[in-house]
Amino acid sequence: MLLTRILEEKLVSLYRGGQITGGVYIGKGQEAVSVASGLFLKKGDIFAPLIRDQAGRSAFGEPLVDVTRTYLGSRLGPMRGRDGNIHRGHPRDNELAMISHLGAMVSVTVGTLMAKRFNGEKNFVGLTCIGEGGMQTGAFHEGMNVAAVERVPLVIVATNNHYAYSTPNEREFACSDLVDRAMGYGYEGYSLDGTDLAACLEVIGSAVEKARAGSPPQLVVASVLRLSGHGEHDDASYVPDEMKRQPFARDCLKVAEETIINQKLASPETLAGWRKEAVAQVEEAIAMAQKEPVPEGNKEDWCALSTRDLLDHPNDEEGLV
Amino acid sequence: MSLTYLEAIREAQAKLLRDNDHVFIYGQDVGGTFGGAFKATKGLAKEFPGRVLNAPISEDAIAGTAIGAAMQGMRPIIEMQFADFSSVALNQILNNAGTHYWRTGVPIPITVRLPSGGTKGSGPFHSQSMESLYAHYPGLIVMTPATVEDAYTMLIEAVAIDDPVVYCEHKYLYYHLKADKLPEKGLPTGRARVAREGRDLTIVSYSAMTQESLAAAEELAREGLEVEVVDLRTVKPLDTDTVLASVARTGRLLCVGESFPWGGTTAEVIARVTSLGFHLLDAPPQRLNAKDTPIPYHPNLWSAHRPNAKNVVAKARALLRE
Repeated sequence: MLLTRILEEKLVSLYRGGQITGGVYIGKGQEAVSVASGLFLKKGDIFAPLIRDQAGRSAFGEPLVDVTRTYLGSRLGPMRGRDGNIHRGHPRDNELAMISHLGAMVSVTVGTLMAKRFNGEKNFVGLTCIGEGGMQTGAFHEGMNVAAVERVPLVIVATNNHYAYSTPNEREFACSDLVDRAMGYGYEGYSLDGTDLAACLEVIGSAVEKARAGSPPQLVVASVLRLSGHGEHDDASYVPDEMKRQPFARDCLKVAEETIINQKLASPETLAGWRKEAVAQVEEAIAMAQKEPVPEGNKEDWCALSTRDLLDHPNDEEGLV
Repeated sequence: MSLTYLEAIREAQAKLLRDNDHVFIYGQDVGGTFGGAFKATKGLAKEFPGRVLNAPISEDAIAGTAIGAAMQGMRPIIEMQFADFSSVALNQILNNAGTHYWRTGVPIPITVRLPSGGTKGSGPFHSQSMESLYAHYPGLIVMTPATVEDAYTMLIEAVAIDDPVVYCEHKYLYYHLKADKLPEKGLPTGRARVAREGRDLTIVSYSAMTQESLAAAEELAREGLEVEVVDLRTVKPLDTDTVLASVARTGRLLCVGESFPWGGTTAEVIARVTSLGFHLLDAPPQRLNAKDTPIPYHPNLWSAHRPNAKNVVAKARALLRE
C-alpha cells in the first residue's frame, strides 16, 4: 500500500512535469482492497487487475520497473511503448493485460480457468477486479454469469468508489446494494469496508480460499471513495464536500498506519523506515526506466501477427501501407 | 462417398478434436445431442465428452473465454450461431484478441466460426457477411472458403495458426456444394486460387460469390467469352500477386462480394489493382456487392439484393463492352 502510494505520487509529479504522455490513473483510497486482491494469489493463479490496482499488481509480483517502463514508454518494458500506463501485464505469468473496455476481462479470466481445468491442474483460482462503473456493462454481466455456469474458481473484487469518472452512484445503478447481485448470479457475496485493511485481508483472503476449495464464484463488493480524479487530468471538482466526510471516504493508508501505531504493531520510526525504503525503490525504478531507449517509428516492427508469413502487407514498398 | 460443405466443417472439427487435446468447441447449442443450429458439430459432444460445450447466449463471453483459454495454451474453436450475432462479440475479437500479440507478444490462437451470408427468408439479422469488417482491423486472419475442400483444409489450418482466425463459412454453401472426398492438404493460407481460367476478364470473388461467378463464367462461355475467376480464399491476407497476375492476362477486373458495398473487400482489391497495376487495365475496374440496405426477408427482395450469377453476367458484359 505504502509503496503504491509513493509510486503513484511520483508518477503524478512526473505527469505534471510533462514527462509522462497519455495519462496517469492512480488507486488512491483503494490500495487496501487492491493489495488484498493480489496478496492471496499463488504461483499458477490468475490475476486480472484493472485501472486502480497498482497495489494488487505489486502484491502479485509485478516488478516496479514494469510500471515505470510502461508509463515512461521504455522499449524494454512489457508493452514496449505499444501500450501505456495501466494497460500492461504479463500474460505468460498469469497477470492479464487489461483492455480499456470495462468488464471484458471477466470472461477472459473465466477462459484461463477453464483451460487450467482442461489441462488437469488443481487448486488454482482466478481473481479479477472491477469497479461499480464497470459492473454496469454487458460484458461484465456475461462474464459474471458464464463463470457461474462453468463453475470456475473465480473471485470478483468489485470496488464501489462512488464515481464512474464523474457519474455518481445514483446515475449508475438502481439497486440498493450491488452485493445483492451475487445471489442472482449464483455467487456468494460479501460487503466490505474498503478503508479497513484488516477487513480487506480477511474478507478477500477468505473469498480466495473458498473459491480455491470449490465454493461457487465469489463476489466481494468494497466501499471506498476514489481519492483522486478519474485520471490526473481530472480535478474531481464534481465530488461534493459532504461526500468526502462519509465513513467510506477515509484514506485506507492513513487508517492502516494509525492502526499499526495504536496497536503497537510497529513504531513510528519503523513506519518512517518503510517509507524511506519505498521512496528509494521507486526512485531506482524511475531512474532505470528514464535511462532506457524509447521506441522509434522507423525501427518498429509493424507486425500485428505472430505468423509473419501471413502478414497482409509484407513490405512498405508496395505502397499499400 | 459424397460430402457437403457443412459435413466437411464437421469432419474438420472431428479431426481437430481427435488430433489435438487442446482443441475444444464452445458456442450456443453446439453440444449435447443437438450439435448446433446447422448441425456443424453433430455427434461431436458424444464422441469427445467434455470438449464440445454449450454456452449461454453471451457472444462477448464466448469470445472472451476463448481468448483466456488460448492464453493458457488451448486451441478453442468458437461458433457464433450466426455471423450477424458476432457483432456482440466484436469488442473481444477486435480489441482483445486482435491487439493482444502486438501489445504483449503473446498470440491468441482462437478460431471464430461465423455461419455467414444470406439464404432465402433469413432477413436482416441472419444473413450478414462480416468478413470486410473483421479484415479492417489489425491482428486477425479472415478466411472465406468457397469449396468443400477448402472448407475442410482451411478450418484445420485455422486452428493451427497461432493468431486469431475469423473463419467465415457460407450457409448457402452448406448443402449446395458436394465433394467426393476430402483432401489431405490445401493451398497455403493466404494464397488465392484461379478457379477458372480465361483471357477476357478477371472476376475476383470469394465464398459463395465464387460459385455465382463460376456460374456466370459458364454462361458467358456459351457466348465465346472467356472469364477467369479468382477465388481469394482468405480476404486477409489478400493475395494481391495472384489477382495482379490474372489482371495482367485479361486487362479487365470485376470484383464480386456479398457484403455491403461501402469500403470492404471488393474496394480493397480495386484499390490495390489500380495502385499497383493501373497500366494493366484496359477498362475501369468494377465491383458488384449487395445493396446498401439491410438484407431483406422476402425471397423476391433477397434475390435482388445480393449479387447472383445473373447480375454478375450483366455486369461482366457491360465491362467487356468498354
